[in-house]
Amino acid sequence: MKSEEELFNILKTKFNENVIKLVKQPIDPFIICDPLMINEISLYLLSNEELLFDNLMNLSGVDDANGKSTPIEGIATIEGGTLSVYYHLESTKFRHKVVLKVCTPREKPEVASVALVWRSADWHEREAYDLLGIKFLNHPDLRRILMPYDWEAGYPLRKDYANPEFYHGMKVPY
Amino acid sequence: MIIYDFLYKFVFNITQSAAIGDITAMIISGALPLLILVLPFTLVAVWLERKVSAHMQDRLGPMRTGSHGWLQTVADLIKLLQKEDIVASDNDRPLFNLAPILVFAGSYLVFAALPFSSAYIGSNIDLGIIFIIAASGFVVAGILMAGWSSNNKYSLLGAMRSAAQIISYEIPTILVILTIIMITGTTNLRTLSEMQTGHFWNWMIFGGAGLSLSKFLFIPFMLIGFVILYISTLAEVNRTPFDIPEAESELVSGYHTEYSGMKFAMFFLAEYANMFAVSAIVSAIFFGGYQSPIGYLGNTLGLPWMIPIEQFLWFASKGVFFVLVQMWLRWTLPRLRVDQLMALCWKYLIPIAFVNLIIVGLITVL
Amino acid sequence: MAIKTEEMVLNMGPQHPSTHGVLRLELVLEGEIIQKVIPHIGYLHRCFEKHCEAMTYPQVIPYTDRMDYLAAMGNEFGYAITVEKLLGIQLPERVEYIRVIMGELQRIASHLVAIGTYGADIGAMTPFLFAFRDREVILNLFEITCGARMLYNYIWVGGLSHDLHPDFVRLTREFIKYFRPKIVEMNELLSTNRIFIERTANVGVLPLETAINFGITGPMLRGSGFKWDLRRDDTYSVYNKFDFDIPVGEGKVGTVGDCWDRYYVRILEMGESLKIIEQALDQLPEGDVTSAIPKRIKPPVGSVYKRVENPRGELGYFIISNGTTSPFRVKVRAPSFVNLGIMDVLCKNHMVADVIAILGSVDIVLGEVDR
Repeated sequence: MKSEEELFNILKTKFNENVIKLVKQPIDPFIICDPLMINEISLYLLSNEELLFDNLMNLSGVDDANGKSTPIEGIATIEGGTLSVYYHLESTKFRHKVVLKVCTPREKPEVASVALVWRSADWHEREAYDLLGIKFLNHPDLRRILMPYDWEAGYPLRKDYANPEFYHGMKVPY
Repeated sequence: MIIYDFLYKFVFNITQSAAIGDITAMIISGALPLLILVLPFTLVAVWLERKVSAHMQDRLGPMRTGSHGWLQTVADLIKLLQKEDIVASDNDRPLFNLAPILVFAGSYLVFAALPFSSAYIGSNIDLGIIFIIAASGFVVAGILMAGWSSNNKYSLLGAMRSAAQIISYEIPTILVILTIIMITGTTNLRTLSEMQTGHFWNWMIFGGAGLSLSKFLFIPFMLIGFVILYISTLAEVNRTPFDIPEAESELVSGYHTEYSGMKFAMFFLAEYANMFAVSAIVSAIFFGGYQSPIGYLGNTLGLPWMIPIEQFLWFASKGVFFVLVQMWLRWTLPRLRVDQLMALCWKYLIPIAFVNLIIVGLITVL
Repeated sequence: MAIKTEEMVLNMGPQHPSTHGVLRLELVLEGEIIQKVIPHIGYLHRCFEKHCEAMTYPQVIPYTDRMDYLAAMGNEFGYAITVEKLLGIQLPERVEYIRVIMGELQRIASHLVAIGTYGADIGAMTPFLFAFRDREVILNLFEITCGARMLYNYIWVGGLSHDLHPDFVRLTREFIKYFRPKIVEMNELLSTNRIFIERTANVGVLPLETAINFGITGPMLRGSGFKWDLRRDDTYSVYNKFDFDIPVGEGKVGTVGDCWDRYYVRILEMGESLKIIEQALDQLPEGDVTSAIPKRIKPPVGSVYKRVENPRGELGYFIISNGTTSPFRVKVRAPSFVNLGIMDVLCKNHMVADVIAILGSVDIVLGEVDR
């Protein structure tokens, strides 16, 4: 069992500036990391004998909606700000947990893929790509997963998403 | 044959033509009773299957149409008659239309050689058993045609499996039948039934008629033969646990996926007709055919005309009994996988049947 | 002319009797041997996560029901305790006990469907109907509790919508008495059936290492021989007060982690659930079940990830609150979604018929996969 503080210090000494900071909150504190280094941090967390984070419980993409919001015809269009990805990790041997977070700019959301570290991340990352448009670099098979493969109206879970008028000639809003 | 003679004389007297008399008498005495028998039987069997399965599963089954739903199959048939006959544009039309007819004809043909009673057999041919095996080969062709012409991958897979299965399982069937032929020296089903007359200890399953040492030696091998024959006939009519060609959870419903309306009904009726046919063969070979196990009421009462009727009833009830066993198995057992099915046939049934054949042959010679 | 062989692509689904819903599997075949399985999902996508962002916290509950519609109680349970953790409220004892009873009854009902449909997938229809007959009794219990048989909206944030029906305890005890022999019956009919074992043993073997790396949870993980149950290992509600075993796959008839093990773990879990229900009924405290329900749910800013052991595995809710009455983001870690991701690995070099056997043993609910 290691506390978040200890884990943060271990990571900080190993990866120094790539592990940005520990955000303390009453429930589930999280560690903010560099989005392009997350795969190496993950690999370290998985393979280190004292950490052994072998279970990726959850991977969720989030639209932080912290940019400049300009309402156009009732729908806010957001510029700037970040999209982020949360990783909930757990070690089935040591029973400790950690939450990692990476933030990536909304205009060019790119995160290194961890699908080859934990295979369970494969579909989770596809989902985050599908619904939020976060590009996972070096993902083995980054396609849409829940939405139709030919959905062109953007990424539905973004806060500034607007439904298209028509999809294949079918009226969408009803 | 009494009926045939009577009809022949009757028609001949009217038309003065031997050919017309012969054909009319043949149709009326031979083919017609079969049609009258087969169609209602399949209707009853389908209803029975639904009721049997329902009661096995703590359900009631059809209850609305008629008392305990006995008219359900009739209603279904009427529904199927009204249905649109869908032929998809990619289907191979001639083959697609021909296949159900071929399948139904194949299974109907088998009935021609079944000895229903000493007084009635559709066609008393000497090669009765061989004819039945040959006729059931039609079914394979029909199924393959159906699968191929449907132009559907599932149908094709189903048809291929079905053809492979039926052809494989014909081998143990024939091997078992050969052992019987070796003992009795006949392939005529009527003669075979007549040889098993008397009481049930004269049935082939108990070593046949007569009281010799060989009769008792035969008994265990006859039992093995019966089990092999029953399993392989089950496989030949595509019933669970060998319903792999139709496997609804894998192949949707195999070769008849694309069929609708009356064409589908023909496959369906053929299946049930086949069920009875193979059961009848099993009972004709091992269980005395139409012979009563306990003697005839007609003999006791001194009314000889009753005997053929009693025989018919015995034959029908033996057939229906084996059909019920088939249903029982279907609603109890899961389904084998296609390679396991083949393994069962080629690795177990055929070698056992072969050894059985050799041993029985040796006993017969000695 | 050179002989050319070509792989056949077979589309299984979205309309297929044994894909358990609208799942489409693209099978690349060589003969009848699977080279590759490509699952295509999303046919039942109903934008659950997007909907949540427009709803207040209590309004989300009916939507959670519709994810894993065979274990709706479990979904509500998970969502309620996640929001409660965010709010930091204490619940009356009675609420916790009733929730556990409901959760375990739902587990039995859900496993019954899993087992029954598995039988039907393998080709035995009778176990399927037997399982549904017994599930009916559980659904009746739910019906007298909250009026609904499938989508309950019963477990609310901070409490329950109704107290138990006066007859509930008696009827549940009767059910336990009725159901114990039925498990034995199912074992006789299906688990020990020679053909069933032939079809499932040594098929779709899932090694433990792979299972953990793929994030597999629930009966599938336990089938691979890992004693891991969130009710015990990351305990929530009052599960630590009950005495129950965690059945794991032992490879009794084949290899550890084959389809039969996964199936049999479910059978054993039903018995364990009965044990929990019995103990919970014995200890059931008196009290008010609605007293702790907050009038207005407005959690503080923060994020929380909480998980529960649903019949299909680890059901996790990740909720971000921005301090308003509706969640900023809800992400559901659906067990079926993650478990389905392993199909390709499990099915390789098996036959078409085995795909059905493997998919049935994974036990997915498409409502949850697609959300």
